[in-house]
Amino acid sequence: MPVTNHQAVNLALRAALALNCYIHPVSQFARKNYFYPDLPKGYQITQYAYPLAEAGFLEITPPEQSPRRIRIQRLHLEEDAAKSAHNEPWCEPECSYLDFNRSGTPLIEIVSEPDLRTPDEAGLYLKKLKQLLEYIAVSDCNMEEGSLRCDANVSLRITAGAPPGTKTEIKNLNSFRHLKRALAAEIDRQATVLSAGKTIIPQTLMWDDHRHQLRPMRSKEDAPDYRYFPEPDLPPLQINEVWIAQVKTQLPELPQAKLARFQTDYGLRAYDAEILCTDPDIANYYEAVLLSFPADPHLAANWVLTHVLAHLKAIQCSIRHFSVTPARLAELLHLIHDQTITSTSAKVVFREMTQVTTSATQLVAEKNLHQITDENELLPIIEDIKANFPDHVERYRNGQETLLGFFVGQVMGRTKGRANPQVTHRLLHDQLKLN
Amino acid sequence: MALECSDKSAAELYGLLRKKCITSEEITREVLTRIERTEPAIHAYITVLAERALAQARQADRRLHQGDDTSPLLGIPVAIKDNICVKGVPVTCGSKMLQEFIAPYDATVVQCLREHGAIIIGKTNLDEFAMGSSTETSVFGATRHPHDPARVAGGSSGGSAAAVAVHTATVALGSDTGGSVRQPAAFCGVVGLKPTYGRISRFGLVAFASSFDQIGCLTRTVEDSALLFQVLAGADPKDSTSRKAPPYDASTLKNHKTLNGLPIGIVKEFQDVTLEPVVQYAFDAGLRRLEACGVELREISLPHVPYALATYYIIANAEASANLARYDGVRYGHRSKRANDLHSLYRHSRTEGFGPEVKRRILLGTYVLQQEHYAAYYQRAQQIRTQIARDFEQAFQQVELVVSPVTPTPAFRRGEHLTDPLRMYQSDQFTVLASLAGLPAISVPGDIPAGQLPAGIQFIAKPDAEEQLLQTAYAFEQARLDSAS
Repeated sequence: MPVTNHQAVNLALRAALALNCYIHPVSQFARKNYFYPDLPKGYQITQYAYPLAEAGFLEITPPEQSPRRIRIQRLHLEEDAAKSAHNEPWCEPECSYLDFNRSGTPLIEIVSEPDLRTPDEAGLYLKKLKQLLEYIAVSDCNMEEGSLRCDANVSLRITAGAPPGTKTEIKNLNSFRHLKRALAAEIDRQATVLSAGKTIIPQTLMWDDHRHQLRPMRSKEDAPDYRYFPEPDLPPLQINEVWIAQVKTQLPELPQAKLARFQTDYGLRAYDAEILCTDPDIANYYEAVLLSFPADPHLAANWVLTHVLAHLKAIQCSIRHFSVTPARLAELLHLIHDQTITSTSAKVVFREMTQVTTSATQLVAEKNLHQITDENELLPIIEDIKANFPDHVERYRNGQETLLGFFVGQVMGRTKGRANPQVTHRLLHDQLKLN
Repeated sequence: MALECSDKSAAELYGLLRKKCITSEEITREVLTRIERTEPAIHAYITVLAERALAQARQADRRLHQGDDTSPLLGIPVAIKDNICVKGVPVTCGSKMLQEFIAPYDATVVQCLREHGAIIIGKTNLDEFAMGSSTETSVFGATRHPHDPARVAGGSSGGSAAAVAVHTATVALGSDTGGSVRQPAAFCGVVGLKPTYGRISRFGLVAFASSFDQIGCLTRTVEDSALLFQVLAGADPKDSTSRKAPPYDASTLKNHKTLNGLPIGIVKEFQDVTLEPVVQYAFDAGLRRLEACGVELREISLPHVPYALATYYIIANAEASANLARYDGVRYGHRSKRANDLHSLYRHSRTEGFGPEVKRRILLGTYVLQQEHYAAYYQRAQQIRTQIARDFEQAFQQVELVVSPVTPTPAFRRGEHLTDPLRMYQSDQFTVLASLAGLPAISVPGDIPAGQLPAGIQFIAKPDAEEQLLQTAYAFEQARLDSAS
């Protein structure tokens, strides 16, 4: 007998709250009746007339446009069917296979209103939705494994302001690329039909992943009558204010709010804040760094966005398991900030830190990477360079000031990047003019 | 022994077992011998679990020997309707569809019985998937009436009722959807208790109509029903429709010996129904006896009674049409050998696996759920169901219980109603009310003229008022026995 999964309801409530939905105090499960081998009971338990939540929205910002709210019509709970396989490489010919492992496990269905105008917007909406659901840990949204699946409806209208025309539904859109391609293909097809003065037949289409084309699955006339009726094995689902409040307190900060906070509190540029907020783990890492190193949020953001993310990408590691913990990175940033080391040296130390567990401070000591700010240490080096490159000195004195970079490079080379750039500049500026 | 121990009630055996006058193994052997003797004529059982039962009996005897005094059912032979799962044993539902199907787990009630050391003697016959009122639609053949083999035992728990009546089980479990425990109890002259919907877990009961199905007790005495109910009642996390209610305590049964001053309702709308003479006799005698006990009989009205039978058959069949969709030949159950594609696998497996009554109900249920009929049938029926529950609420402001006949006729002849489903359905007209309203109800044997077929009296109580229901039935039973002796 079915039993409502409390944790699934919790997660659905999370999603409903994050999508600004109205949560019904009483919702009801129903049986959707149809025969298919992947449906062991001959009916699917779903929510039909009385869904868990309705009337929400998700904000998207299409490029060069102001933010827009995409309305959410409903959010409901249902059970998953089994997974069937035909014609896979490992299948025996003439055989179909059924995997019941996911059969009966809970899922949520989120239906948007017809507010999306282009395939790109649909892609943007799905991306935003995926990000949100990952953020609040409702799902890992792995589209390949089917933990995020997507069906899309398309209807055109003849002129702006006219009511939307007949719609068709496309199933099996299991990647962003397929979603956009299938939508573009269906929009083209409908436009051609309508331009020829013909009418759109309401139907369900299937996107063929391999051939990149739409296949009609069934027309709506022979759409099955699912004979929905209330599920007698499950009492109505009652959600009181206390339950909602409890879920609310467990809800993490939503991406939109975090983005705004990163910009105002840390003075980050929108672009940088956006990248940091794409993944809650990255955002958390960044804020953990700031906890030990609050002095320069910009410096911290730069390091996370460039060195940390590039390194993680190169070694295919998640930030959660990164050996350079926020505290270790913060220590390194301190050394840059208080001018103990140059940023060139910092890169060397960082590379080292990814390999060993030694602290930044210790590595700087071991490798003798302390920054050279002492003029008395730098002056002999500069004298020596002058002696070695008399021609360059001559040209510099004659007004070719761009050669300053060459001399800085020479100093850095001889000090292995340890020379303080400001001091080096000043000294060169003064010394090159002297004999 | 003048009186064999298989003739004794569970309550009597309880005492004898503890006084070491008898062992559970002796009782079980005697019951098994009796099964061999009576089965050819009665056919109450589909499966007899002789070896397992004897092993359980020996186990029970060990517990008794150690002084285990925890359960009233320890060592008592129990029969189980064959739509309730007993792990490792076929659960056929009387259908070709499940003829070969072995239950992979124990129903919660069976687990309960095991823990209490009851002896599971066998699985009893029933109408196919519990759909019927005569136990004739079983693929294993009909169960016969204990007093007249030309007649039916009633149904759908006909096997359980007959087994208890011919003493091939001390007590039995049945399932009651629209009267399937109470009607065969009345026909066979035994006690049949259908508790409040949800008081006993349905987990492991093969679903017919989920919002009505309720496991019930078939016993020879009210006291045995009380003992069995006490063991089985309780909320079950595996059945979301099971009810949290204070545990039932069978020791309260005899606290209320007198019916003096108790207001009991007689349903006005039932008075137009023509009863066969023996049923009329039993009902009139029952009312007189209640009055003699001091019961204050009051006429009450349940205005929606005329729609009850139609309402019941619409909702029950709608639910059945979905519940029986799982028998599609894909994973278990009958799988047609004639199939050559998916659709024909479904079609042939279901055509071959289900009998005509089951098909009729699936078709009716499918029809009423279709989009274009949903509002006119299913939805309307749900509204009337709510009204019927309200009718009872109103009535229960004036009376504590309602009394009625159980059926309009005594046990009918075999084959008599098989070709006339509507007449068959009519046999449920007094029992479906409690099913629609989810109320507890009991069928107890009424007074009958000598040599006549049994007829039952039904009491219906408020939700969760099993204590009062059983006390009243017990007092009624005792008054009848007192006057007979």
